[in-house]
Amino acid sequence: MSLVDESFELKELQVLEGHADRVWSVAWKPATGFDGVPAVLASCSGDKTVRVWEQSPSSGSFQCKAVLEETHTRTVRSCAWSPSGKLLATASFDATTAVWEHVGDDYECVSTLEGHENEVKSISWNASGSLLATCGRDKSVWIWEVLPGNEFECVSVLQGHTQDVKMVQWHPNMDILFSCSYDNTIKVWAEDGDDDWHCVQTLAEANNGHTSTVWALSFNATGDKMATCSDDLTLKIWGSDLLTIQSGNGSAPWKHICTLSGYHDRTIFSVHWSREGIIASGAADDAIRLFAEDGDGLVLNNPSHNGCDLEFFVVDEPKYHLLLKKDKAHDMDVNSVQWSSAGNRLLASASDDGTIKIWELISLAGDQKPPL
Amino acid sequence: MVSNLINANPVVYEKKDRRTRSAVNDVDEYVGEPIDQQEIFDHLRDIKDPEHPYSLEELKVITEDAIEVDDNQSYVRVTFTPTVEHCSLAAVIGLCLRVKLMRCLPSRFKVDIRVAPGTHATEAAVNKQLNDKERVAAALESPNLLNMVDECLAPSYAS
Repeated sequence: MSLVDESFELKELQVLEGHADRVWSVAWKPATGFDGVPAVLASCSGDKTVRVWEQSPSSGSFQCKAVLEETHTRTVRSCAWSPSGKLLATASFDATTAVWEHVGDDYECVSTLEGHENEVKSISWNASGSLLATCGRDKSVWIWEVLPGNEFECVSVLQGHTQDVKMVQWHPNMDILFSCSYDNTIKVWAEDGDDDWHCVQTLAEANNGHTSTVWALSFNATGDKMATCSDDLTLKIWGSDLLTIQSGNGSAPWKHICTLSGYHDRTIFSVHWSREGIIASGAADDAIRLFAEDGDGLVLNNPSHNGCDLEFFVVDEPKYHLLLKKDKAHDMDVNSVQWSSAGNRLLASASDDGTIKIWELISLAGDQKPPL
Repeated sequence: MVSNLINANPVVYEKKDRRTRSAVNDVDEYVGEPIDQQEIFDHLRDIKDPEHPYSLEELKVITEDAIEVDDNQSYVRVTFTPTVEHCSLAAVIGLCLRVKLMRCLPSRFKVDIRVAPGTHATEAAVNKQLNDKERVAAALESPNLLNMVDECLAPSYAS
């Protein structure tokens, strides 16, 4: 389905209030929001708590179902659900990662992961839920193995970044780990078999990389493209060969595809790629922006090919365009944007203003241009 | 006094005259007057230097001219000049500036703090830290640092 010819609106459905300080991150619970299962969202804040919100099947509005408190002693910076949705991991400035389980009506902290020397900034579960990765200001990335009985064992401490690591994210299909940092780079980590993890690639300035802190990264649904966002005011799209990634044979190198610059004038804190291919960004100018890929990679009247009028190429470099910009999405910085994976085109955003907003991407009836 | 100070002999300047303002100098979003350079400077001028019993104005760490403000765009940029090129307290001064403005300006304002170009050996590094909001937030959760900042800010609250 082509996103090029339609026009869209981001409709604000609800404002979730309750946190007493800025909200840093939100995470949709997997396997909720469709087939009669109410959508569930977790949020975490500078108020040291985590809140779990559930959509009411009758009214459609989100209510706060639980407040996870009295565990973290400092800001909770990010949260992530395990792929099964059974566990919720939360990363805090108190240098710990807590793992929570839904028990009856409440959430119980079933494990606390210690080891980082200072603020833990991000957590990510791998696709099968067998591994957990964390990262923080101590410049390291930790990989933990998930054992029976909610036990976690550290299998590797990865050094390599020269500064604060802002986010970790597992590849959607393979056990390859990605991290991005205050050192302006993105690192790719893979295993040599037998818990021997090491950095197989670094995407730095010299590789068309970012020129300031990289705050977040997000994969497309197929896992052959990745979007990164930065304090350098750009979004970058990277690509790798899908077959090579899937063969698991050595590292599939990631290459820069495209840089989206001129769209943001303040730090971009968050980027998230929906299953449908829409890239959302949340920035320090209080706005949310949506981007989509142009066409299907067909290029017409490519100026570098003189005299060729209607020549089409399968382009190595797809182009992206701004789908829409939501100004003043919040009253303050947008820290996190997350698409629901339920295919309901819902987007959640978190802000310094202490609120979370739920948005719906609505397609407006537009002229259908004839296919080229 | 044992001289472990980074700058034992700062140059102290005279304070500028204060313009009396007709409006109360509090955060009041309903006052029609746009926020200007003078107002921002008034918020910052009496902040105490972390090392010496002098204000940032007296040490010419900040001057009115080094403040850029656009009320329509809700934007402020403060450029400050550490007293010595290798001043390791530059980050603390920058933090004080940021915290004071955070507490005094309406939340719609976007604030950039930077060291005056050419006045500090690790200028880029200091600027990056001061403008990384996550680093600032984490730093302010440290009781020791928060105390230091509050001590520097105390004289600047007296009207």
